[in-house]
Amino acid sequence: MIGFLVRRIGQALVVILGVILITFFLAKLIPGGEARAVLGTKATPFKIAQFDRQNGLDAPIYLQFWRYIEGIFVHLNLGYSYKYNQGVRQVILERLPKTLWLVGTSVVISVAVAIPLGILQVVRRNKPIDYALTSASFFFYAMPAFLLGTLLIIYFSFDLNWFPVSPPQDAPPWAVITDPRSFVLPLVTLCAITVASFSRYMRSSMMDALAEDYVRTARAKGASHRRVLYGHALRNALIPMITLLGLSLPAIVSGALITENVFNYPGMGLLTVQSAFNSDVPVVLGTTLVITVATVIGSLLADILYAAADPRIRLGGS
Amino acid sequence: MATTDDFDVDPVFNDQEEVMPLPIGGGETMASGDTLDQDAPTPEGGESRSTGTIFRQMSRVFLENKLAVVGLAVIALMILFCFVGPHVYPTNQTSTQLALQNSTSNAAPSSANPLGTDEVGFDILGRLMYGGQVSLIVGFASAIVATVVGVTYGAMAGFFGGWSDSLLMRVVDVLLSIPVLFLLIALVTIYHQSELLLILVIAFVSWLIPARLIRGETLSLRLREYVQAVRVMGGSRKRIIGRHIIPNAVGTIVVFATFQIADSILLLAALGYLGLGVPAPQTDWGTMLSNGVNSAASGYWWQIYPAGLCIVLVVVAFNYIGDALRDSLEVRLQQR
Repeated sequence: MIGFLVRRIGQALVVILGVILITFFLAKLIPGGEARAVLGTKATPFKIAQFDRQNGLDAPIYLQFWRYIEGIFVHLNLGYSYKYNQGVRQVILERLPKTLWLVGTSVVISVAVAIPLGILQVVRRNKPIDYALTSASFFFYAMPAFLLGTLLIIYFSFDLNWFPVSPPQDAPPWAVITDPRSFVLPLVTLCAITVASFSRYMRSSMMDALAEDYVRTARAKGASHRRVLYGHALRNALIPMITLLGLSLPAIVSGALITENVFNYPGMGLLTVQSAFNSDVPVVLGTTLVITVATVIGSLLADILYAAADPRIRLGGS
Repeated sequence: MATTDDFDVDPVFNDQEEVMPLPIGGGETMASGDTLDQDAPTPEGGESRSTGTIFRQMSRVFLENKLAVVGLAVIALMILFCFVGPHVYPTNQTSTQLALQNSTSNAAPSSANPLGTDEVGFDILGRLMYGGQVSLIVGFASAIVATVVGVTYGAMAGFFGGWSDSLLMRVVDVLLSIPVLFLLIALVTIYHQSELLLILVIAFVSWLIPARLIRGETLSLRLREYVQAVRVMGGSRKRIIGRHIIPNAVGTIVVFATFQIADSILLLAALGYLGLGVPAPQTDWGTMLSNGVNSAASGYWWQIYPAGLCIVLVVVAFNYIGDALRDSLEVRLQQR
């Protein structure tokens, strides 16, 4: 287990370093250079040289990269946004908790809904309810999040007036739980595709487990149908679900970006898109870096959970 | 049983070893296993079956799948609609002044404008064709670029093996761990949007999965006897990869490319929805949807549903085709 943990954390660190390298080079690749992006197209060569000197952009590239890494790890410095006139860290810190709460809640809901649905489909396989759920998951899988969110707003906010068009702007991050009414539509939008895909996977994972030898053994020694299903098959079918969860995190975070924009919820996704409109490259790269690190940590946690749940990994040694 | 598989939602390559992240879904091993039993045409005449090219075998199984044929028909009609349609139903889609001479803005569907007009007076039916051209071209082109790059990269990584393989695949791991829309928006912010740049940028976030798939395939193919034989005979690495490994992975490549077209169209639509699609007066389905949503409260349904329907139709159609191709590929592998 210790060996596994060390290896897995090392892997995550390599990925994070790689992402830092990518954001660093993306900033260097701005056409015309970083100075022009800040000072505008009419800046004189003198002004640009002055800006480069002030910000250390005239140093050799390896030295710049070293300072960038040092800035991130030692001073938690992600750069400066000239549009917000604030450090990128401050801009992001206001928004990050909102996205984390949104994504976290949606993951919990998705898992809580998808697993029973998958089991139901296996118990009633090839019956009408199985087909109905399969069709429904197919429908939600094909439905892009932005379209689903838009339709939900039109029907449930404008026509029926059941839910607000967007959550209150000044709501605290944990309002996802304390004020569920304003978050019903965003959460449905964000969970729909995840539930569709997870329940599909749960169904096939459970079917696979039911075909295993240990299930036949359990049946042969006279275990009841319920016990075979929930005691043997379910526990083993859940293990690959944890892996799927970890691997799906980047996609769920992308979904959160869309959801935040559809429902005008001021998290990292909305910040990124607004900064893209403003050509505020430091903020866009900062959000990309921070959200990726959060995703990598999330996947790492899922893997540790996986190891804890599966004795073949926990006790396997190497 | 056939009906379950018709609704098989997961565009997967049934790769048992690797669980794919969300957009590429999980493996539906049981269900597709059942199809094989049913759909595989009598396996007895094994020898005579394996004659004919890969494509002939695949197309036979493919055509037996009704949903795939429907999908193919939808795509064909959509291409006709977008590229031939404007010649049959010419509308002005570039100058708002000209557009407003013939109609008003936000006009409801009528005989003059079968699907109404948008907020600056462009005819929606004509705009669907015009925007569809961009969506389809960007979707196809970026899927092709992503496939070519990913296949080359993955084949090289798998073939060289050792530390260069580890290094090449770590790059893929890093890029895959960045949530795709964030990376896409970062690229779009730095390289301002144009049709060509959007193709390259979408391809840049999409070549990673084929690289992984082809690497896996190469790792197993390079140990086959015929590859060893070529090596013994002194065949160059380029020849082995280009003439022996990639042709044998062609099924996987084609299946991936089909799903990728759907994904690329969706990515462009998402960018368009966020307001980061092609610049005006050009448009794409996602941008049209985005503009329509701005007036959603006013009840201009014709600005929302047609564009949304086009996106969903095309994406679903490509997924049907991809599913059928994957099934036909599995049948081929079984017969080998």
